[in-house]
Amino acid sequence: MSTCTVFENVRLIDPASGLDRQGRLLVRDGVIVGHDLPDAEGKPEGAEIVDGQGAVLCPGLVDMRVEIGEPGHEYRETVKSASRAAFAGGVTTVAVLPTGSPPIDDPAMVRMLRFRGEEPDYVSILPYGALTKGCQGAELAEIGLLSEAGAVAFTDGNRAIASARQMKLALTYAQAFDALVVQHPEEPTLAGGCATEGELALRLGLPGIPTAAEAIMIARDIRLVEMTGGRLHFGHVSTGEGVELIRQAKARGVRVTCDTAPQYFDLNETAIGDFRTYAKFSPPLRREDDRLAICAALADGTIDAIASDHAPRDPDDKRLPFAQASAGGTGLATLLGVTLTRYHDGTLSLSDALALLTCRPAVLLGVNGAAARGGARPVGTLAAGAPADLCLFDPDRAWQVIAGELPGHAQNTPFDGRALEGKVMGTWKNGRRVFGGAA
Amino acid sequence: MAEASSGGSRFFGPSDRHLLGIQGMHPSRIEPILDLAESYALLSRSRKTPRDLLRGRTLINLFFEDSTRTRTSFELAGKRLGADVVNMSVAQSSVNKGETLLDTAATLNAMRTDLLVVRHSQSGAPALLAQKVDAAVINAGDGTHEHPTQALLDALTIRRHLGRLEGLTVAICGDIAHSRVARSNIHLLTSMANKVRLVGPLTLVPRSMASLGVEVHHSMETGLRDVDVVMMLRLQKERMSGGLIPSAREYFRYYGLDQRRLDLAKPGALVMHPGPMNRGVEIASQIADSDQSVIREQVEMGVAVRMAVLDRLSRGGRS
Repeated sequence: MSTCTVFENVRLIDPASGLDRQGRLLVRDGVIVGHDLPDAEGKPEGAEIVDGQGAVLCPGLVDMRVEIGEPGHEYRETVKSASRAAFAGGVTTVAVLPTGSPPIDDPAMVRMLRFRGEEPDYVSILPYGALTKGCQGAELAEIGLLSEAGAVAFTDGNRAIASARQMKLALTYAQAFDALVVQHPEEPTLAGGCATEGELALRLGLPGIPTAAEAIMIARDIRLVEMTGGRLHFGHVSTGEGVELIRQAKARGVRVTCDTAPQYFDLNETAIGDFRTYAKFSPPLRREDDRLAICAALADGTIDAIASDHAPRDPDDKRLPFAQASAGGTGLATLLGVTLTRYHDGTLSLSDALALLTCRPAVLLGVNGAAARGGARPVGTLAAGAPADLCLFDPDRAWQVIAGELPGHAQNTPFDGRALEGKVMGTWKNGRRVFGGAA
Repeated sequence: MAEASSGGSRFFGPSDRHLLGIQGMHPSRIEPILDLAESYALLSRSRKTPRDLLRGRTLINLFFEDSTRTRTSFELAGKRLGADVVNMSVAQSSVNKGETLLDTAATLNAMRTDLLVVRHSQSGAPALLAQKVDAAVINAGDGTHEHPTQALLDALTIRRHLGRLEGLTVAICGDIAHSRVARSNIHLLTSMANKVRLVGPLTLVPRSMASLGVEVHHSMETGLRDVDVVMMLRLQKERMSGGLIPSAREYFRYYGLDQRRLDLAKPGALVMHPGPMNRGVEIASQIADSDQSVIREQVEMGVAVRMAVLDRLSRGGRS
């Protein structure tokens, strides 16, 4: 027996196809059937009707950079609690970093994570494979076997591949599997500090990380990509100098891409205030001119995706002297709201903002179409035949971020107290409602 | 004649003193060695080799790198022709005491050696020795440069089975970048109008190798299609610890020779391996032991080819 859902009275936005208009969407058995179906007269018998009340219906968000506590740090977060946070934020697919404990450098671990995400109540998981064994930066991981098991891309998470030779080998070897390599763009020997080098760090007496640490690594790796003919993605870029290098490389036809995270276009280094460890990140929050440069790079398309960079931390990880505190903040529940600040201030159109959260990361990870990597479901699209992973949100409805009241277990948001416009009303995975009551 | 030739002459031939490499060697100088080797193969089988041919000649196997099969092969070749064979391996030599390569050469020269078979981990080491000794130098493998007798024995094995040594398509698979066997085979096979394909992961078969006049493939499925010969190379464990490939199991999954992949080659295609094999890493056991495998015959032809080379290189002095 088939089950049908009709989304009525919604503004359909599908950046993958350029669709943006009022309409209806028909879902049958968890799969999108088509737009403007059924016609007004013929609603399928027994169909569930969802009245969107004019809100936006878009593909469920695809978050390409997420840490969850599993495996190894379940006290910080589990797949279950991360799923609650994700669904509340309209996120239906997360690409999970391989830096858990143990690291995801074995095909069996990739399958384990993927299968967790196939449970109906849990957010879909696209596992990253470790780029090097144990994410130690010394020996290549089994990129071929990990790809076959379902790894969508390869990275050592927040550990940069420090050795130029190792990066050259990775970029070279990965080509046979068309595997995407993702780099943490910081030259590690310069990144030993905990705040951006400059007056603020000087006054606070914190060891600094120069912004050039990013540019140096990006420049080196661009050169290696040109040399090997490989393909490289830079995670969470945060400096103007860094995005300018990527902009120029793209103009030359070099196969590099990048993403950024909400904290780098919505916060600057002043957020660390008086040693506020909840605003400690890696890379660190930057000066205002860098934040503006990231906004500009979002607007001109240099940046290919926005990822939450979700990093659950326990209070005990954060209640430490600044330099000793763990870096990272939660981001799943606030991803859409913070991204929409750039729509409300005119930096991005609504469709472009959503593209950065849906189809563009899906394309980067190779999970956008029928020929999705490793047999993964196509996501980030409202095309007929795609699974009905959907996000219904009101771009103008305001809400306030309150640490302690966020969905999910981890509460270490850097946006505590922030008023955001853009609230998720409902989230569906495979056509089944996983967040929100009556819209 | 050999005495009259210049010391700088590198290649085997009527006027050449040494066998340092295949590169630059004309097919007209290769064919006679193979013909001679073929006759030595038959004589070896009937145990009627000319034991007096190299009587009174001294052959020193100078091995700076461990090798059992190549050294033994040269030793047998020398003995079957009646030479006095001495094995020097680095473990017993004064090299470990700090002697330079050229001092070693001077020492060996003073011993009036006629034939010097050299294996060294450094490319070009036999060529350096050749400049300093009176003996005929035979390169038994230098670094990642050449292993000429291996290419000759491979050529002989192919010719015996397929009846010709031209117009064939040969796939050489594995760690080409670090292989002297591959280089010598590439030179020999391309000089005789064969098509050579190199197959392996990008880290072991860089695209730039196409400049050697070969096709470069990074997938066994395309690389083995319709080939006459599949030559597998040994995968050194150092390639894994050196980070060039992740693991033996991943290597075998994508670049190991199994039945499914061999079926892409021409029916009856030859399977070759210079040995020693890693079963289950670069080659499946059933392939190594199959009817298509000529791996053991390669070893037999190795002795015959080395006999032919020793014979030719000592002719000058024999007059």
